[in-house]
Amino acid sequence: MVDYGPVPPLPVRRLREADQVRARIGLAGQSAAVDEKLTGRGNLRMFARLSHLPRHHAHRRADELLERFGLMDAADRPVLGYSGGMRRRLDLITCLILRPQVLFLDEPTTGLDPRSRGEIWHSIRDLVADGTTVVLTTQYLDEADQLADDIAVVDHGQVIATGTPDELKATIGDRLDVTLEDPATLPAAMTVLNTLTGNDPTTTDTDRLSVALPGGRLRLADIVRELDRAAVAAADASLRRPTLDEVFLRLTDRKEETAR
Amino acid sequence: MTVLTSPLSRLRWTLTDGLTLVGRELSRLRQEPGQIVATLVFPVIMVVLFGYVLGSAIQVPDGGDYREYLMPGLFAMVTFSAWLGVMTRMATDASRGVMDRFRSMPTARLAVPFGQTGADLLTGLPMLAIMVGTGLLVGWQPHRGLIPTTQAFLLMIVLRYALSWVGVYVGLAVKNDQAADAMVPLGLPFTMLSNAFVPTDGMPGWLRLLADWNPVSALTAASRELFGNPGAPSGNVTWPLAHPVTAVLLWSAALLVIFVPLSLRAYMRRGR
Repeated sequence: MVDYGPVPPLPVRRLREADQVRARIGLAGQSAAVDEKLTGRGNLRMFARLSHLPRHHAHRRADELLERFGLMDAADRPVLGYSGGMRRRLDLITCLILRPQVLFLDEPTTGLDPRSRGEIWHSIRDLVADGTTVVLTTQYLDEADQLADDIAVVDHGQVIATGTPDELKATIGDRLDVTLEDPATLPAAMTVLNTLTGNDPTTTDTDRLSVALPGGRLRLADIVRELDRAAVAAADASLRRPTLDEVFLRLTDRKEETAR
Repeated sequence: MTVLTSPLSRLRWTLTDGLTLVGRELSRLRQEPGQIVATLVFPVIMVVLFGYVLGSAIQVPDGGDYREYLMPGLFAMVTFSAWLGVMTRMATDASRGVMDRFRSMPTARLAVPFGQTGADLLTGLPMLAIMVGTGLLVGWQPHRGLIPTTQAFLLMIVLRYALSWVGVYVGLAVKNDQAADAMVPLGLPFTMLSNAFVPTDGMPGWLRLLADWNPVSALTAASRELFGNPGAPSGNVTWPLAHPVTAVLLWSAALLVIFVPLSLRAYMRRGR
């Protein structure tokens, strides 16, 4: 998932310039790559020194980052006692010491609770607003939807689709969710929806089903009328944009079908 | 932001970054007062355990005091703890991704292994000093004057540094802090299979051969000789024990020649 800030890609011509590249990128992996025995401040100061900031700059930068990303209260505690979210945030800000132009994040919120995830998302949005280009991988398509300007969907190591979240959603059309008053009418409802849309509805509960709509011809009113005619009473029926999870499932299904 | 360019500035950054990493190890110690206490208490426990518990039943061949005989063996034991510590720290960094972070930063490449081995030397010296202090308290002392005594301690320092490179290599090879931790208990039997605590003459032939060629034995014998402590081997002795000082120097040189290039190659290659 690529989030373009206003910075153009780096002009790097040769691998020989690897040191220049290292000074301009940040990299955060799936684990918090910090020294657990040191304090948060100790880690930042060490990594700042190793990034070749002079001592007083290193100390100032460490404090700036701790302050800005809300870790000042925990700055002098060993990382061993940090929560998972705090470790990940410390790991993230360690990448920011040199104000990288491009930041690579490998599944930055895997295994975090919703609050910590929200905090990481918030930090990433701030960075992008400041002009950092963020390249992040994630298993959570919801995360991609929230953060990305541009998405590449990868399945079995191959890019199977690219585009903005809206473009990707548009490729599979809107969806209809129906909740029935009586679960007994489920088979009748499935038949009606299948006839109308040409797609197989999926049941998400004993009284709920969901179906992909073919390009914009169907109106909600028409669908409800057809269900009425088949003596199916809908407690609720709504059209919505598909989620990226559904986009992913459809894209990977389609690929398997063509492979067959 | 400084970018590495000339060989001279590379060398400068290697030294600066190495010192930063040495500082890291020292601040880790500050966060772990328990570790410091353990380091202080360990020599005392060893001296009591071996000097008084086992020593009460052991006869030194040429009739000397067992604790005078024992202390060079304990100095060797402290020296050989180097590779275990460095191995554990390298493996932990490798498994937590800290090593990959160093590599993704403009940090001088060689600073990491050199910083680790340098830090070990700095933290090893106080440990040795504590062991020496404990020895003096229980009646051990060097008998041959300043120069041989200094030579004995220099030998320990040289071998310790060479051994810390074994730790760098093994730590990079196992890449897993749990596997590294599992190897730590091997340290004690390795030290005991030597002349550090008892003379090797009484061991069965095959075991004696292993013990005599163990570098722990060479260091122990060299210290006994240079300190003038009892236990000098007599009669038909194997080469390393007949020439212990040369043997320690050869061991150190061989370890450095083998493990410095191996470690550097393993470090440069990782994650490529």
